[in-house]
Amino acid sequence: MSDFRLALRLMAREWQTGEIRILLAVIALAVASLTAVSFFADRVRISLTQEANVLLAADLVLSADRPIGPTFAAEARRRGLAVAHTTTFLSMAQGRDQARLAGIKAASAGYPLRGRLRIADAPYGADRPAEGLPGPGQAWVDARLAGELGLRPGSRVTVGARALTVSAILSHEGERGGNFMALAPRLLMNESDLAATGLVQEGSRITWRLLLAGEPAALTGFRAWAEPHLARGQKLEGLRDARPELRDTLDKAERYLGLAALLAVVLAAAAAQTILRRYVARHFDQFALLRCFGGSRKRLFRLYLLQFAGLGLLAGLLGSGLGLLVQQVLTTLLGDTLHLSLAPPSWWPFVIGTLAGLVLVLAFSLPAMLRLAEVPALRVLRRDLGPPRTGHLAAHGIGLAVVAGLLFWQAGDARLGLIVVGGLAAAGLAAALLIRILLIPLAILADRLPPAPRLGLLALRRRGWETTVQVMALSLGLLALLLLTLVRDDLLNAWHDKIPADAPNRFAINIQPDQVAPIRAWLLAHGVADAQLYPMVRGRLTAINGRPLDPKAYEEERARHLAEREFNLSALAELPSDNKITAGQWWQNGEADVFSVEDGIAKTLAIRLGDALTFDAGGLPLTGRVSSLRKVEWDSFRVNFFVVAPPGALDGLQASYITAFRLPTGHGGVLAEMVSAWPNITLIDVDAVMTEIRTLMSRVSQAVQVVFLFSLAVGLLVLASALYARRDERAREIGVWRTLGASRKTVRIALAVEFAVLGLLSGAVAAGAASTLSWLLAERVFELPHAIDPVIWLAGLAGGLGLVMAVGLMATRGLLDAPPLQALRAGEQ
Amino acid sequence: MENLGKSVMVGEDRLDILDGVSFAVNPGETVAVLGSSGSGKSTLLGLIAGLDTPTAGTVRIAGQDLFALDEDGRAALRGRGMGFVFQSFQLLPDLSALDNVMLPLELAGLADARERARAQLARVGLGQRERHRPNQLSGGEQQRVALARAFAVAPSLLLADEPTGNLDGHTGAQVIELMLALNREQGATLIVVTHDPALAGLCGRQLRLEGGRLA
Repeated sequence: MSDFRLALRLMAREWQTGEIRILLAVIALAVASLTAVSFFADRVRISLTQEANVLLAADLVLSADRPIGPTFAAEARRRGLAVAHTTTFLSMAQGRDQARLAGIKAASAGYPLRGRLRIADAPYGADRPAEGLPGPGQAWVDARLAGELGLRPGSRVTVGARALTVSAILSHEGERGGNFMALAPRLLMNESDLAATGLVQEGSRITWRLLLAGEPAALTGFRAWAEPHLARGQKLEGLRDARPELRDTLDKAERYLGLAALLAVVLAAAAAQTILRRYVARHFDQFALLRCFGGSRKRLFRLYLLQFAGLGLLAGLLGSGLGLLVQQVLTTLLGDTLHLSLAPPSWWPFVIGTLAGLVLVLAFSLPAMLRLAEVPALRVLRRDLGPPRTGHLAAHGIGLAVVAGLLFWQAGDARLGLIVVGGLAAAGLAAALLIRILLIPLAILADRLPPAPRLGLLALRRRGWETTVQVMALSLGLLALLLLTLVRDDLLNAWHDKIPADAPNRFAINIQPDQVAPIRAWLLAHGVADAQLYPMVRGRLTAINGRPLDPKAYEEERARHLAEREFNLSALAELPSDNKITAGQWWQNGEADVFSVEDGIAKTLAIRLGDALTFDAGGLPLTGRVSSLRKVEWDSFRVNFFVVAPPGALDGLQASYITAFRLPTGHGGVLAEMVSAWPNITLIDVDAVMTEIRTLMSRVSQAVQVVFLFSLAVGLLVLASALYARRDERAREIGVWRTLGASRKTVRIALAVEFAVLGLLSGAVAAGAASTLSWLLAERVFELPHAIDPVIWLAGLAGGLGLVMAVGLMATRGLLDAPPLQALRAGEQ
Repeated sequence: MENLGKSVMVGEDRLDILDGVSFAVNPGETVAVLGSSGSGKSTLLGLIAGLDTPTAGTVRIAGQDLFALDEDGRAALRGRGMGFVFQSFQLLPDLSALDNVMLPLELAGLADARERARAQLARVGLGQRERHRPNQLSGGEQQRVALARAFAVAPSLLLADEPTGNLDGHTGAQVIELMLALNREQGATLIVVTHDPALAGLCGRQLRLEGGRLA
């Protein structure tokens, strides 16, 4: 009989015993949670990106300053991507008796590829989703343009040489926002009318966009194909490039989903470890017998390896299948609540889940199997003989390394992986040490207690190593639960606070220097007390440290683009409250010829602290040394700049001013007053954009909470398996106690004391580790404000006590009812 | 057995469990090793089976020096020609009687493991109980399953460690009768370690172990 068949037969035989079914169930459940989290995170990630892409109206945009050749669209269609075009430019829109500068957008059929436009019959009237686009000869105008030009549905508006009929008021256009400079009031028309306007001519400042949407793989493929084909002035943008204020939110959400999946791995590993340890320990006798019957160590090892591999594969398949099912049910149940039409799942998590089952079982059975291989055959004659207690450090190392590998892979973020792996390892060591130390006073305390609690405490001390391992497993489960809750709350709070209630909802740009004082006075009169007006100069970076800047020298497309475009430079005396210095120092009074650069752009363009930068500002050179790098919260909705200089630095250059302020919604009349007083300024309404971002954030946080529930379930599973794992020994112990005359009440008290101490110890270790780790994660990974919350200790201790006692007493309930003799017999076998 | 010795260190002190034990057993012979608790009987049996290594002397089976082989070599030798009966039966609790008997046969790679195991179970009178687990069998029945398992591999050497130690007198006698009958049928060499003089009396030769030495 081949070893493979023998292994199968041995396993099939084990199947009837029940224990292997429990083992299989625990690992399959752990894998299920892992895959359910992965599946769900995967789908939420895809959906969130698509949801967010509504704000881009596409998944990917190719924009250019001249018409885009047909090859790009053809290639995109060949790859199965949906395609649409837009052409945008600023032009005067002529109403019945006045004209207004408007952002004209001509769109092709299919626009927008993501999200929907909303239209209304009157400015600020009830709106509805739009079907398609304005037809040929028609235009949709936004409320602002309608108000300024007195337009209503049915009115005529002329763009260039083409007269159009207003057929609706455009109330919502997801794509807007982001680049405030582009936000003049909107007029949307059909692409077929574009030529007739006569405005598309050589030299016109027009942006052509090719909008693409489709499968992530096809998009990635297209991106890779397109990048080498980009001509000067063409650039590819995904959401993250185009909308920095959303990038942050999405990145954080992804990292949290990553963390949740990561902890699911840790918990799956802990569950696998506890249950496999016990399983293998129960096979010492079998191993000794097989040795006695002539099995060589190598052959027996192979037999067990084959069995475990089969088991792992089976658990992996079952778990992945279950995970798929669970997330499907969950998605169906939560689809409405989440307001997310989730993207179909990819098969990837299924493959990963199956492999994870195999890897988990093998990695954690290996140390136990090596221990098994050292069981002396003589055990058949002398039951007291077992393998060495310590086991193989190297083998444990392999198990840990595999899990660490899984973690890093799952994290997809080296820093997150490092913090979690390192943190858990440190927590484990600290737990082991703490427990060894704490067991000493516990033993002394035990001597002063009545018999029942004494029994419980002594049981803990007697099984010193067992207790240590058990507390470590329990604390791991609790730690994961605490960590996910804490980080989740931090994230949710931070998102909630992200757009403060007083965030500006209007931007005014193009303010001339002589209008600064009257506009400040006007704002003050309308209740905006602390309006900041920032000077703004357009400048192109021409040299770093005297070396002319060569856009082509940058590998990254974004860097090339940044090296070509003009920046808005400003001059500030104080560091804005939403900026943080990451290197160098903010300037002192009187300091000149220095710049402070946003750290993201500095990294992209390889600008270092101390570098000398030269800008071309309207033909005049502007030079200075980089004296500080700043981190900017782009999603704060305040005015921010990539590069700023000290006050006075921009004197003599042609500057306009920009300000942001908050006016309660519905103050249209006030704004109209402002526009008529200073017709040259452009007012931008960001309320709509903010509403979209708030919606996005609240959906992200709902998704985050669902993922959290999954991890919670596995955490509880780990707690349960850590306690169930010792059921046999406990049965024997209770049998002995009962035989020696302990009443059921005494046994119950002893068990309660034991579980209470176990729970408190685990809770303390988990709380300590969770507060350290959550602080590290908040600080280093999520970049969120974080205060150490004393509640975590309360939650850890109470949670540990409550959960361990509840699960522990449940796990031992049947044992108390069994006749002592039966327990003793079970122990013997 | 040539000058067989086994000692262990207990703290600073050396404890001799076996000391200079020499004797020979002929093929087909039945030998009982008698001795009180702690006399070194089980240690001797463990050494004869090659389950443990001696600190002095050696064991030769059919001319083969057992301890010139490595652990796996000794395991292979056990697989080829040894059967075991233990005081505590050593049946795997999760396996049925039939599965327990099949285990060594399967490990030896025999294709007809099931048939052989069935035949042996029938021979020990447990043909109707093959699906039963050890905890569903009495002590005597468990030891009969163990006998079926030991004889199923047709061993040339059968080693029995206190086979009646966990049984009452009447059941013990039945088990011994069965063991000796099977042994006669198969013509195996039998070495049985016991403190039961009645059992020893049924063997062809008795050796007495006292304080680790042959008396």
